[in-house]
Amino acid sequence: MGKSKIKQEEAADKKRAPSPIVNDFTLVVATVNGSGSQTSNLALVRALFRMGIPVSGRNLFPSNIKGLPTWYTIRVNANGHTANKRMCDLLVAINMTTFHEDLAKLKQGGVCCYDDRLAEPTDRQDVIFYPIPIRALVKEVNPSKELREYIANMAYVGVLTEILAIDIDEIRRALETHFGGREKSIALNMRMIELAASWARENLSKRDPYRVERMPRDEERLLVDGNTAAALGAIYGGVSVASWYPITPASSLAEALEYYLPNLRSDPETGKATYAVIQAEDEIAAIGMAIGAGWVGARAMTSTSGPGISLMSEFAGLAFFAEIPIVIWDVQRMGPSTGLPTRTSQGDVLPVRFLGHGDTRHTILIPGTPQECFEFGWRAFDLAERYQTPIFVLSDLDLGMNLWISEPFQFPDEAMDRGKVLTAEVLEELGEYARYRDVDGDGVAPRTIPGTEHPLAAFFTRGTGHDESAIYSEKAEDWDANIQRLWRKLETARQALPTPITQRMDDARIGIIAFGSTDPAILEARDILSSRGTPTDYLRIRAIPFSEDVAQFIRNQQIVYVIEINTDGQMHALLQLEYPELATKVVSLTKNNGVPISADWAVEAILEAEEESHGE
Amino acid sequence: MANNGNERSSQKINELGLSKADYKGRPTTLCQGCGHNSISSQIMAACYELSIPPEKVIKLSGIGCSSKSPTYFMSRSHGFNTLHGRMPSIATGASIANRSLKTIGVSGDGDTASIGIGQFIHLLRRNVPMLYIIENNGVYGLTKGQFSATADKGQKLKKMGVNPFMPIDLCMEALIANCGFVARSFAGDPKQVKELLKSALNFNGTAVIDIISPCVTFNNRDESTKSYSWGLKHEYPLHDVTWVPSYDEIEMDIEPGEIMEVELHNESRLVLKKLGRDYDTSDRLAAMQLLEDSCCAEILLTGLIYLNQDQETFQSVENLVEEPLARLKQDVLRPSEEVLEEVMTHFR
Repeated sequence: MGKSKIKQEEAADKKRAPSPIVNDFTLVVATVNGSGSQTSNLALVRALFRMGIPVSGRNLFPSNIKGLPTWYTIRVNANGHTANKRMCDLLVAINMTTFHEDLAKLKQGGVCCYDDRLAEPTDRQDVIFYPIPIRALVKEVNPSKELREYIANMAYVGVLTEILAIDIDEIRRALETHFGGREKSIALNMRMIELAASWARENLSKRDPYRVERMPRDEERLLVDGNTAAALGAIYGGVSVASWYPITPASSLAEALEYYLPNLRSDPETGKATYAVIQAEDEIAAIGMAIGAGWVGARAMTSTSGPGISLMSEFAGLAFFAEIPIVIWDVQRMGPSTGLPTRTSQGDVLPVRFLGHGDTRHTILIPGTPQECFEFGWRAFDLAERYQTPIFVLSDLDLGMNLWISEPFQFPDEAMDRGKVLTAEVLEELGEYARYRDVDGDGVAPRTIPGTEHPLAAFFTRGTGHDESAIYSEKAEDWDANIQRLWRKLETARQALPTPITQRMDDARIGIIAFGSTDPAILEARDILSSRGTPTDYLRIRAIPFSEDVAQFIRNQQIVYVIEINTDGQMHALLQLEYPELATKVVSLTKNNGVPISADWAVEAILEAEEESHGE
Repeated sequence: MANNGNERSSQKINELGLSKADYKGRPTTLCQGCGHNSISSQIMAACYELSIPPEKVIKLSGIGCSSKSPTYFMSRSHGFNTLHGRMPSIATGASIANRSLKTIGVSGDGDTASIGIGQFIHLLRRNVPMLYIIENNGVYGLTKGQFSATADKGQKLKKMGVNPFMPIDLCMEALIANCGFVARSFAGDPKQVKELLKSALNFNGTAVIDIISPCVTFNNRDESTKSYSWGLKHEYPLHDVTWVPSYDEIEMDIEPGEIMEVELHNESRLVLKKLGRDYDTSDRLAAMQLLEDSCCAEILLTGLIYLNQDQETFQSVENLVEEPLARLKQDVLRPSEEVLEEVMTHFR
């Protein structure tokens, strides 16, 4: 794009508005759910993404089918900061019932596009109002009755395209993707968008500074949600049995498996399935089926959220103690209890770590990006089979269901690792076999797969106390030996888990530890803090039990803030438990109200805590 | 008597060259005289006589006295003592992941009729190919003598008093859930138990056998319908059941019209010799009526109550490849890098 053109535009802008703000705003679409606004929002996000502009799309939706308030937030930021924001710069107000509440979150000088059927409020003289005659525009396009509501939502797409200078060809391309080339739908929606855009061109005088501009685009990058990435990762990990029970926000993970598997994993000759995806009768059965499949040697998984995790507790303990490889995705949502079923949280760290009674403890992977959802999706199976234990993957609603810009998925760089499995031939050579004998001293005892045709192959898998031949035993020494081996095994596994990601700044005095979906907010917060003279070091945990790097990081800092989306600071508690000698160096900062944390909150929380500690 | 494969039991080895000892389990720790031990013996005998390779069998159970018993038969088969009431889900996963294995589940009335009733029904709904044995004694043994959900109304137990609730009839539940093989038997009638086991092991779908298996410690008083003495006195077999391999001729000295013969999916046959009354095992509503009547008549009705071979199994519904999923290798399991590139273009 020529520089002179920008300058011209800038000059023109100066007459009406303050200096332009390019590629830096937060747009909130406030509407009701079930009205089809998702298509409109996705079209905007995709178009911006294809213009090379860093963007994210977050859906804050109710646990409801139709008619309750829902907000879609599109964050655009040239510096790549795509975390949630507390206030917005632009608001599209379609929902009468929340209009005033929505306006309250609009920044001074912000823009409010609203359905002109709503009365323009008089209490916000500090913002710019653009009424849109949605009804009149719909009338002109005249779609069939059942499509009217959907088409109406394209009006704001058209208006935003015009006032923000979004490339309308990219909007068209986004719709082509969305409708999979269904020309009639694309044409109808485009008619509304073009009509609304030309209406805006002719009727609105732009008084606001916001607009977008094409940026050099990294053609490799993806716009994708974590659940889709996780499902594809699982497929590349060779998942062959996936059992699940519908639950928000995990359902879309299993649904993505159902969507991709028929194409990616059907036998090319017979068309028959090399997988089974089973919708179970509840989460107990879902994990039970996965354990049964893992026991006979298949790559088996289940995906769920908090309430399902609660139900899976007993089976999780069995799989841990009986040493059955399975993968369990927990796409976290807000608890306790049914909680806020459609809102995000990181509240399952402690419950999952110790899921089950007695001395159960689990190995957990924590992806922070869709790319990691893909990677951990396949890696989890290797770890589960190598260490014969359940591998939990902790995602959350924000990462799982929202659209993120992601680095491309990397094809697995390792061959599948099925772990220590003895074949009939090896058993014949060995001449004896004891299922739980630690022959290699690493705690991982070789297993045999049911169906192995050798008289020595069989053993009895059980959740009861057993000796090294898997025979029922109540002897104290057998129990001790088995538990010690299990702990040895966990230590072996610890060494193979994904290591944390550490990022440093010069002269950093404080450290930040976080994990999972808060990554964008932390990265942005660090930029803000640094610009205010407080550089930070940052470590993002990607697995539990922790790598030695975590202890080293804490040791090297004067103080470390552990930031997480739960109330009590669960990761903080785990760190204190793991490193009691460092317990006073870690400070917990939490926010848990259903909304992804913003960088602003993190900055304030850290600065306040800093002030407090210096005040002492 | 028919030359129906039972003869081989008198020989030293079966068709696989295995002896009876190859089907043995560990020594039982259940009470002496427990009905479950008698059932374990018949499972071993049936598998031996059917020449089922023990390595190709998986035996699963829940929790309870009954669920301990898989340890006591066929040590050369992989076993899994799972959770209370949750064996059906483990069996479903195992069966779908390796369709070449023969799945035997052993449960009890506590394990199936109470905590596990949901999973039991859903196992049947999916028609997971397996033999599902309920060792039914109307009492919780391992926790020492509480009523189970199959205990009769009015039944007395030493420390619990009188049971005020109607029993759950697991054969009725199985019928309602569309199970294609529903049988009831009595541990005190080992011959019938064995023939039903053989038939069930040759059935392609979920086969349920509810076996009244007296608890000699907590529920064996004469007036209990789950006791040996009551069963011996009140057993009313619907027919004389015999399983016949495909290659055997039936030689029976009987009048025409007195036997019914059913061919199973693998061409072996079930021969039902008429005893007291006419009974058609293919009529589901008649089966329900029969159970209802027998309940009021104070009899222990045994035999094959219902048979329907026309239902798709879970494997078939899932349209699985022939090779067991658990044995598939990376070349089949992991799509190519090119395919990944193609998938990613949709996110760009």
